[in-house]
Amino acid sequence: MSLKREEIADKLAAVGYVADHDIATALWLMDLLKRPLLLEGEAGVGKTEVGKALAAVHGAELIRLQCYEGLDQNAALYEWNYQRQLLAIKARETIGENAEAIEEHIFSEKYLLERPLLAAIRRDQPPVLLIDEVDRADEEFEAFLLELLSDFQVSIPELGTIKATAIPRVVLTSNGTRELSDALRRRCLYHYIDFPDVDREAKIILTRVPGVDTTLALQIARMVAAVRKEDLRKVPGVAETLDWAATLSGLEMHDLRQEPEAIYETMICLLKTQEDRARVTREVSALLLGKVA
Amino acid sequence: MTGNLQEVPRRERADRHSRNGERSESLGAAARRRLTGFSRTLRDNGFHIGLSETRDALAVLTSPAAKQPISLKPALRALFCATHSDWVRFDEIFDTFWIGRDMRQRQVLSGMPGVSHAPARRLAEAHVPQEALGLPDDTERRNDGGAETSADGRGRREGASRTELLTATDLRHIVDPDDIAATNALAARLARVMRVRLVRREQIRKRGRRLDLRRTIHRNISHGGTLLDLAWRQRKIKPLRLVVLLDTSGSMSLYTAFFVRFLHGVVDAFREAEAFVFHTRLAHVSPSLRDRDVTRAVEKLSLMAQGIGGGTRIGDSLAAFNRWHARRVINSRTAVMIVSDGYDTGEPNELGEEMRRLRRRCKRIIWLNPLIGWRDYSPRARGMQAALPYIDLFAPAHNLASLAALEPYLARV
Repeated sequence: MSLKREEIADKLAAVGYVADHDIATALWLMDLLKRPLLLEGEAGVGKTEVGKALAAVHGAELIRLQCYEGLDQNAALYEWNYQRQLLAIKARETIGENAEAIEEHIFSEKYLLERPLLAAIRRDQPPVLLIDEVDRADEEFEAFLLELLSDFQVSIPELGTIKATAIPRVVLTSNGTRELSDALRRRCLYHYIDFPDVDREAKIILTRVPGVDTTLALQIARMVAAVRKEDLRKVPGVAETLDWAATLSGLEMHDLRQEPEAIYETMICLLKTQEDRARVTREVSALLLGKVA
Repeated sequence: MTGNLQEVPRRERADRHSRNGERSESLGAAARRRLTGFSRTLRDNGFHIGLSETRDALAVLTSPAAKQPISLKPALRALFCATHSDWVRFDEIFDTFWIGRDMRQRQVLSGMPGVSHAPARRLAEAHVPQEALGLPDDTERRNDGGAETSADGRGRREGASRTELLTATDLRHIVDPDDIAATNALAARLARVMRVRLVRREQIRKRGRRLDLRRTIHRNISHGGTLLDLAWRQRKIKPLRLVVLLDTSGSMSLYTAFFVRFLHGVVDAFREAEAFVFHTRLAHVSPSLRDRDVTRAVEKLSLMAQGIGGGTRIGDSLAAFNRWHARRVINSRTAVMIVSDGYDTGEPNELGEEMRRLRRRCKRIIWLNPLIGWRDYSPRARGMQAALPYIDLFAPAHNLASLAALEPYLARV
């Protein structure tokens, strides 16, 4: 089942994920050591994409849990289908079933609603479980997660303990809005994703945006790299680069020097706060353009 | 750090375990020893490495990948690193150990923290050069005489009461670098303590109103599904959000360094906190304060905080806040804390108007004025007069004790 490192690298490329060398190693190591992978990095460097690409590499199902403040076990693990339970109680009571039998019945599989974490351990084929932005969840939830990640079993009081049928591959991402616990960190492999360098970003543009030629892709990547060096509130991520590339391609641009005015105007794809927009003025934009194109 | 103390015996066990190394017979004893040495070097450099990491590293070395040295480094890096700061330093340590053959195991690489030092992540623990903080530079006025600004020796006393003393000393009088460091550490801790207590109180305080359906249904099966016996769920109260606006103009310069530290403590400790600094214009500084590298965070902020001496435009700054930031950072559970001496060179009416707008939006406005701690102070500045009607709490902030006194108030908000 497990793949060699080179195979992973090749398959990543095949599914359209332009990886740096090291991420393939980390993904291979996940399988070897059966550990989750914790990805950190600035917003927009493509952490979530790694999870998606990993699922594609293994041809596995992707189960995604988006964390948020106040996320609790009901939303992450399981929930009972209350409406159906209430109906069942009424219906069975009228045919004169006793309370115990009813209880037995309504706390069965049929009334259980799977949430991502439970779903992830009940699949026959190991899925990829992507726990996105784990730093947004509360500390209590993190502790619970840690327990799940070490035992891969959960106990549901009314049903008993459910053990994982197949151990999922787990990818966690964090934006660093909160310090994660040491225990969780030590449980995981760690990979820090940086903004891609110019060559890699150009390659990403070429793979993802049809109709952009090599020169333009390289120019765009260089321009974005220069913009990222400015003192911005929200540094543009890879998704923003792709949006911009698509826009420029839609305008049938083949060279950034062609229309400096259009460059400035379409930069709303990259700069998404009023402050940043004000900082990168026409002059700054022209100056950066002069440097990169 | 208690975590460190507990860690020690486990690490030793890990060492012994991997030295016995019954796990991987195929691997040469020499290579195993070398790996143990590498783990130890990493630990000496502040990495947290336990039994399972060393064991897994052996598994990596015995796997086919070991035949390709090029993938060995990224593999061990993914395994041994746990934080970004580990990540940044790993390559150098790896190269020195495996490539620079003469590196001794126990040696700590230059510029790296020693064995007992956890990487300094929190402000309180990091030493920051005094100049970088924009400490008092005497270029500004002091209307009650220069005598007070010089050291009167009180802060230098040694002994158990030292901390207490620092708490009560006016921040202007703390000049000894050690005392400054201690004060800043206290400020950071104070912010943390505030948060811990506030959160705990919230959890104990109220019984919530939400129905816990899961438990309710379970309880009422015997009533035939008629919900008689209800189960309630403790409602989680939205945590108090603190938005701090710090005046960093020239007239505040003696207090700026301290409040920058306090600000970092607040942003670090409260999950829901936003920080702004202003003098003639407003700057949103929470992102800089969240920088993991504490020294860099403070340096960056100090640059922004440097007053231009052109006076304070509180009204303009508040207008900018109301216009651009308020919608995003203010919710119904927000207390806005303005730290300023109220010397406004702008139009008092404008300040009043902006205060009125702000008041409508947030739950409480707290105005901390370091001058209140001075003898015979009364809020005569015209700006201060205009702002007063909209302030819920007007409090002194000239020493640590006065900041600590805020906590019970915040708990009631």
